[in-house]
Amino acid sequence: MVTMAAQIAGRFDSVPLRAQLQRVERRRKLKAFTLVLPLLLFILIAFAFPITRMMFNAVHDDTLLALMPRTMAALSGWDGKDLPDENAYAALAEDLKQAWAQRTTGAIGQRMNYQLSGVGSEVTSSARKASTLSGGPYKATMIEINPIWGQRDIWSLLKRGSSAYTAYYLLRSIDYQYDSDSKIVASPPDQSIFRDAFLRTLGISVGVTVATLLLGFPVAYLLATLPPRISNPLMIMVVLPFWTSVLVRTTAWVVLLQQHGLVNDALIALHIISQPAELIFNRLGTVVAMTHIQLPFTLLPIYSVMKTISPSHVRAARSLGAGPFYAFWKVYFPQTLSGIAAGCLLTFILCLGYYITPALVGGPSDQMIAYFIAYYTNEQLNWGMASALGFILLIATLVLYYVFNKLVGVDRIKMG
Amino acid sequence: MIASVLCVVGLAAVVLAPAKTAFAGDQLTVVSWGGALQAAQRKAFFEPFTKATGIKITEDEYNGEAGKIRAMVDSKTVSWDVVVAGSGSSMQLCAEGIIETIDWNKLGLDRAKFMSGDKHDCGVPTEVTASIIAYDKDKLPNGPKTIADLFDMQKFPGKRGLWKFPMLNLEWALIADGVAVKDVYKVLRTPEGVDRAFRKLDTIKKDVVWWTSGAQPPQLLADGQVVMTAAYNGRIYDANKNSGKHFEIMWDAAQLTFNLWAIPKGSPRRDDAYKFIAFAASPQAQADLTRYIPYGPDHKDAMALVDPAILPNLPNAPDHMANALEWDAVFWADKGDDLRQRFAAWLAK
Repeated sequence: MVTMAAQIAGRFDSVPLRAQLQRVERRRKLKAFTLVLPLLLFILIAFAFPITRMMFNAVHDDTLLALMPRTMAALSGWDGKDLPDENAYAALAEDLKQAWAQRTTGAIGQRMNYQLSGVGSEVTSSARKASTLSGGPYKATMIEINPIWGQRDIWSLLKRGSSAYTAYYLLRSIDYQYDSDSKIVASPPDQSIFRDAFLRTLGISVGVTVATLLLGFPVAYLLATLPPRISNPLMIMVVLPFWTSVLVRTTAWVVLLQQHGLVNDALIALHIISQPAELIFNRLGTVVAMTHIQLPFTLLPIYSVMKTISPSHVRAARSLGAGPFYAFWKVYFPQTLSGIAAGCLLTFILCLGYYITPALVGGPSDQMIAYFIAYYTNEQLNWGMASALGFILLIATLVLYYVFNKLVGVDRIKMG
Repeated sequence: MIASVLCVVGLAAVVLAPAKTAFAGDQLTVVSWGGALQAAQRKAFFEPFTKATGIKITEDEYNGEAGKIRAMVDSKTVSWDVVVAGSGSSMQLCAEGIIETIDWNKLGLDRAKFMSGDKHDCGVPTEVTASIIAYDKDKLPNGPKTIADLFDMQKFPGKRGLWKFPMLNLEWALIADGVAVKDVYKVLRTPEGVDRAFRKLDTIKKDVVWWTSGAQPPQLLADGQVVMTAAYNGRIYDANKNSGKHFEIMWDAAQLTFNLWAIPKGSPRRDDAYKFIAFAASPQAQADLTRYIPYGPDHKDAMALVDPAILPNLPNAPDHMANALEWDAVFWADKGDDLRQRFAAWLAK
């Protein structure tokens, strides 16, 4: 018994208290880390990794390097002034022969077609003819097979392809392109759409955010201050649309706002207007429908912050002689700012990614950037372009978030 | 507890099973575009095929986007054995090596017998569909007769519905501007031709309602939003048959395109996929399809087997072919990206 006590005491004496504390602390940290590990892994696997991979896609493209190795090697010494020499043409013929045999002409043609519209099918037909060639001189023969091989711009394009990294997609996403000397120039006006689409996306998102704030703030105030008997049914009216599919709500706006829709018919019946007003398939329709969908996202954070503000603050201000507006503006409103910031940021960032609503109720000039990203991903299979547009949208969002943080402070955001 | 363990084991077995399980031979996943087309294909192809061969067909749906198939093939998780692809996306998938090159000998069908057989290496043409101009006879007793009427604001004042893509519109603009149907793509390959088409579209630009999905045109007509609209013939027929509408189709300058059966690369049930396609692309099956949906057979021998009462509704009926345009997927594969971008810029102006 005595010896045991001595042993225990001895064991504790040999380890200093600080080390013991550290050990306990470490174990606690490890436990906490094990708890968040699944979520961390999920975020890494489902979010961080794909996004990094996407960014890589925007600048990496080794199609030509992999499929036309001989041409790429032959062009390494080409100065880009005149047409390349016989060697390059021989390499081209060899590469096309191989591509024809391995059925990769389509991929080469498609990759070149991105930058020089219309050459895609020419590459395939050249390869078909080149597959029968037995010997040189290749230069004259290739140009005879297809005049495109006598154009300098196609060789500049091939030379640019000899690097696995390209700025082409990112440049095109902000309406720039390479000319035949591989210099960066602005795209012609009839091809410049992306800068406008980005600005439009930002503009619509700001508009919708402001609209939801103006509509949502008073309603949130009502909900937060009325007795539960009245505010509960009101709350249900706010969240019910929240649980309805976006597609259904968008289509409902079409029914309401179209030329012979409910709104127009009612206005005409009341003799307020004589001709049906243009309420849909334009910017107005887009903003109205998006505002309706986004309203709960802005309203709920504001409401939950307002619930925590004690009514005695405003009463105190009033009793000290402040007018009703002054008391609201100086005492009540500043306390709701964190909720406003949270709601607006949520709505704004969600708006940036909209595309089904503008497609259904918008006009021809209401195409938002997400639409183009989806189009390049699903229909054009031009994943480099989709990645580049996504990359720029992501960067723009992060910049805006940074500015927001500087102005408002992210730590001030409260969801309740 | 035991049941749930069995469930998990069963699930794991399904997930981890190699391609050749005991019953892999008797089922096949066929993917189409849903809606009326897939319902018709079920009656004309899927059910009779299962009856004839004992191979069960599992159906899936997608909306014709190439992206999903590419993702499947790239990640080597191909669960779709046969897909219906549009002319354009089949071209693209073929170029990228994502779908199989069709071995016509293995298929046992004569490629020369197909209307569009020589155009695609990676697909077997199935039904022919048409993009047409439709109008509501109840609201417009004297409807448009030629494609020029689409651009005639004097004769037909009011809004027009058009597809929010350059395809169809540029072709129609040129035909209305006096280009012969056979020269349309030749003219459109030149920058002057493209300018000419856009100039023609400029004349009606402010009176156009742009639609994006095939369900919208019948709706636009029914709501009186437009006096006439570009539409797919199947949808218009459907609205007349099932909603009691009196929509009329103007067949002048109808643009014909066709769907294809394709096999994603890496499908573990390639042999059965070929069996199914051989069955579905046979003249009798193609003629059967017309009983459920007004899409024409691509097989030349199938026309003779079609019920004469149905014939006037088919895009490639002999009476409609006089001024019909075969939509050119090769042209759009080449120029589509460029023209789409220009079209988007033009729309936003």
